[in-house]
Amino acid sequence: METQKKADADDDHWLVRASTIRALWIGSSITLAILVLLDLFIEHHPHFGIDGTFGFGAWYGFVACAVLVLFAKGLGFFLKRPDTYYDD
Amino acid sequence: MTTSLIIPPAVILIAAGLAIPFLRGALRTTLLLAAPIIALLLIWQIPDGVQLSTSWLGYELQIVRGDKLARLFATVFAIMAFGGGLFSLNQSNSLELGAAYVYAGGALGVTFAGDLISVFVFWEVMAVASTFVVWSGGRAANGAGLRYAAIHMLGGVLLMAGITAEILSTGSAAFQVMDTSTPARWLILAGFLINAGAPPLSAWLPDAYPAASWSGTVFLSAFTTKTAVYVLMRGFPGAEILIFVGLYMVFYGIVYAILENDMRRILAYSIVNQVGFMVTGIGIGSEMALNGAAAHAFTHIIYKALLLMSAGSVLLMTGRSKCTDLGGLFRTMPFTMVMGVIGALAISAFPLTSGFISKSMISQGAADAHLAIVWFLLAAASAGVFLHAGIKFPWFVFFQKDSGLRPPEPPWNMRAGMLLMAAFCIGLGVAPGPLYEILPYPVDYVPYTASHVVFQLQLLLFSGLAFFVMLGMLKRTRTITLDFDWLYRRPGKWIMLRLNQFSEKFWDGLTGGVSETFSSLDASLRRYHGPKGVFGRTWPTGQMAFWTTVMLGTYVLLGLIWM
Repeated sequence: METQKKADADDDHWLVRASTIRALWIGSSITLAILVLLDLFIEHHPHFGIDGTFGFGAWYGFVACAVLVLFAKGLGFFLKRPDTYYDD
Repeated sequence: MTTSLIIPPAVILIAAGLAIPFLRGALRTTLLLAAPIIALLLIWQIPDGVQLSTSWLGYELQIVRGDKLARLFATVFAIMAFGGGLFSLNQSNSLELGAAYVYAGGALGVTFAGDLISVFVFWEVMAVASTFVVWSGGRAANGAGLRYAAIHMLGGVLLMAGITAEILSTGSAAFQVMDTSTPARWLILAGFLINAGAPPLSAWLPDAYPAASWSGTVFLSAFTTKTAVYVLMRGFPGAEILIFVGLYMVFYGIVYAILENDMRRILAYSIVNQVGFMVTGIGIGSEMALNGAAAHAFTHIIYKALLLMSAGSVLLMTGRSKCTDLGGLFRTMPFTMVMGVIGALAISAFPLTSGFISKSMISQGAADAHLAIVWFLLAAASAGVFLHAGIKFPWFVFFQKDSGLRPPEPPWNMRAGMLLMAAFCIGLGVAPGPLYEILPYPVDYVPYTASHVVFQLQLLLFSGLAFFVMLGMLKRTRTITLDFDWLYRRPGKWIMLRLNQFSEKFWDGLTGGVSETFSSLDASLRRYHGPKGVFGRTWPTGQMAFWTTVMLGTYVLLGLIWM
């Protein structure tokens, strides 16, 4: 398996080349920017006020995920065990 | 009016399930594919109202009662049985497939049951059959299967007690909308919620489902939790407690899935998360929210099956299911990867997928009811779904690092099963009309507005950004995360072992101390009933007569005591 890995590294799939990944980051960043700017042209119908702020979906989605990951990390600190924990 | 012959669709799948273990080859294949289609045709022959009933101990059992809600759930159960059967054609363990079809048949039985007794009977058929599906996962599934059975026995006991008390107090066994005013109904609600994967016992689901085989988990993901959603919708729409239970499930699923390493356990936690959306919708209880919960159950069964088919294909072709062992499979399994990504987009509710047109109705229900906190939590959870299932599953299985694995694509039937489910995911997302048409209430909702599409894309793509920004914190480790099941797997086990030792000692002491009494009793019995005893002479008639007399005497005595 090791030799196979080495052979692949020389001529790996185009999707994992550094140039492709850079292009993906650039493309994604532009997409994200456009998506937020679209809020300038679209009329939202907020239900509760704050959900009508500029780029609400964007910042709320990002913050929600960050909070969830941090919370999970904190919980994991107490509750994580090796996956052989119940084996006996 | 002529009464046409009504065949309960459940009977078709249960009969097929009982026959499958004895069949092989083309005959087995034919039955696996034909039975769900016949069931589906029968489902759409069932008109509204009670179609088949019988009486039992003075109660009317409505074995087949048709209405829109029942046909909706039965339809997706039949589609699921067909897709699962197609995907599993190459499963050599016919016992698993037979059990899976009986299990699916039980789900159809619950769906059309018009009384609580029939609900209970089919509920238990599902519990027993699904336990066999778990056990078919092999030796490693033994413990998980036992724990699964134990929790469902507990659920069954709660349900049985609740149903008995409900029937005694109301005098009717009919399954109708109930409020939560009596202990009997709390018991019924608790029995339903255990099967939905509600807290505190949610752990049975991520414990048992991923222990099943590559095909077994696909079936398991569909029926138990969604049957629970169905009965909650029928029995307890608008019960406020369900909003809290549902929101807890939504976030429990996300947080535990974020911490999980096994791909099928990630998807199992995500079932609890998705059922949480439905339970919240049922708790809100408006027509919009109930339609949303029903539609979401329909679309969820299909995209979750697709996700688990994709994961099952990886498991079958590589023998591995841990993210730490996988990665880079897109090179040699591009079809399975694309199918997994379609399932991932659908569960994340991307526009043009089925999740978008169903989940948003639940949020709309919360907005219409001015439940601000519920709405914001559901929106945060939608972002979290993309994080824990939408990106995490495909990323760690098909991309991330190169694991060096170069497995081929799975056999044709497995690819066909995935293709069918993927077609539903895209088809319903592009054209939701036919699904909206069969929802329980008239639909006054347009999912595709510019505002909604842009909001959803912002929410999801920025969740994706958060995933890659925080990738270092999401790195997989070879760990599990403790849950409430720790209580019965560790201290519970310790207490049981101690009790066992104690009772053994107690019994030894008891038999030791009393043995003298017993031996003298034994001697006197021998004197009268032994081969040479008074009662022994006419053996066996004499002994029989003696014991019959003793029993009669006991009955008379007991009768006198209670008179």
